[in-house]
Amino acid sequence: MTSSPLALEVKHLQAWYGESHVLHGIDIEVRQGECVSLLGRNGAGRTSTLRAILGLTSQRSGEVRIHGRDVMSLPTHQIARLGVGYCPEERAIYASLSCEENLLLPPVLKPGGMSLDEIYDLFPNLKERRKSQGTRLSGGEQQMLAMARILRTGADILFLDEISEGLAPVIVEKLGQVIEALKQRGYTIVLVEQNFEFAADLADRLYVIEHGEVVSHLPAAEIASQQAALKELLGI
Amino acid sequence: MELFGLPLPVVMGQIVVGLVNGSFYAILSLGLAVIFGMLNIVNFVHGAIYMLGALLAWLLLTKLGVSYWWSLLIVPLLIGAFGCVLERTMLRRLYQIDHVFGILLTLGLAYIIEGLARYWFGAAGMSFDAPEAFSGAYNLGFMRLPKYRVWVIVASLVVCFATWAMIEKTKLGAYLRASTENPAIARSFGINVSVLVTLTYGLGVALAGFAGVLAAPIYQVSPIMGHSLIIVVFAIVVIGGMGSILGSIITGLFLGLVEGLTRAYWPEASTVVIFVVMILVLILRPSGLFGKE
Repeated sequence: MTSSPLALEVKHLQAWYGESHVLHGIDIEVRQGECVSLLGRNGAGRTSTLRAILGLTSQRSGEVRIHGRDVMSLPTHQIARLGVGYCPEERAIYASLSCEENLLLPPVLKPGGMSLDEIYDLFPNLKERRKSQGTRLSGGEQQMLAMARILRTGADILFLDEISEGLAPVIVEKLGQVIEALKQRGYTIVLVEQNFEFAADLADRLYVIEHGEVVSHLPAAEIASQQAALKELLGI
Repeated sequence: MELFGLPLPVVMGQIVVGLVNGSFYAILSLGLAVIFGMLNIVNFVHGAIYMLGALLAWLLLTKLGVSYWWSLLIVPLLIGAFGCVLERTMLRRLYQIDHVFGILLTLGLAYIIEGLARYWFGAAGMSFDAPEAFSGAYNLGFMRLPKYRVWVIVASLVVCFATWAMIEKTKLGAYLRASTENPAIARSFGINVSVLVTLTYGLGVALAGFAGVLAAPIYQVSPIMGHSLIIVVFAIVVIGGMGSILGSIITGLFLGLVEGLTRAYWPEASTVVIFVVMILVLILRPSGLFGKE
């Protein structure tokens, strides 16, 4: 994995929402095919990191490269077209669209995305509910839909924000299986999580973010030995 | 033959007038609804744009000899392009601030456009002949039905429902609706929301320009022709539900009909009946007949 080229490179990323300075210099590297988790407490700056990479904060500075291309001067829609799929924390399912319309909404960014049949094989619930209004799905189904719709686009870097939050253990387990399957298919995944156990099982490396900065960084092999320190950092 | 105490030709005549007015209400309120739904801008310049459509058609015909049929195509394109420039240079600076500033800007633009038109063309109306193919009337036996009015109703319905279908049934429409509901996420999917917003405003005002060309042979082309109409159209948008596409079309046609029938049976009330309905709707269902609660 260490020989794979960098899919995402973030150096000294700072971001603001209006007057509020939320990121104070984030440094992250993610190689192609890696699954990296950003851990931290509520308000630490994990979601803001994803949003700042995508240009969704009101102001940002530093350096962000996606597949080697500097994206700091690009608008959000052009950053997405480099192959980034964003599954937001709030899921953002469109109420005015049906489940299948939500699924088909994002434009194809690159070749190589999953077909609708492949997606329905991965998430059979969505096939059963494809005619239902998007926001009438259960929380778990909405989460599956939010993930599924970025798989069709050909995006090869997936930003998954708090996908396990508020879901029943059986659904979380299912989402874990899906992420394993996506890793097997070579997707690069950035997983923002508060659920330490869920992230630790899936991630190749972890970054811990606190007060808008990376305070710890360790590979999966060191998670077990560092568990006590990590749990203290995360306030678990 | 009588209908509730009035001769049938009188009632039917007012129904036709009501449907013609309703057709204009429908196209204009549809444009306003599209713009409000996507840009959150209450577009007070809409009436002036409608007037500009009629005036451009008159200018193209009298100065350049361009026929009505070509104007029906050229004028909405010109007005749509003008709308895109307005959105890019002025309106987009206002999205992050209070709605009131959008109202003030578009109201100011309306006064400037109408003032310039009055300065160049005077306040008197100018006549515009209906195209040859639609001069004359159909004789229905109990009444004469002007051909051009039938054309206006049909053309309006086709344009309104084509616009509705484009927004509700196509991929582009799905992008529009998604960008209205959550623009940040639509951008993160790779959708160029900024261009969509510009094109939406262009489409909304192009509809007003189209209505202006349709109206030119019916009403006198005058710089103030959009002034009084726009107030009625805003009342219709409120009754239908701000931002509701189908609501604005159905409410526009229906209220045109209500206004026509009121003119037949109680002429004195015909100018206020739409506002009475608006007040009742605001009291009983503030989000409008087709708006989401």
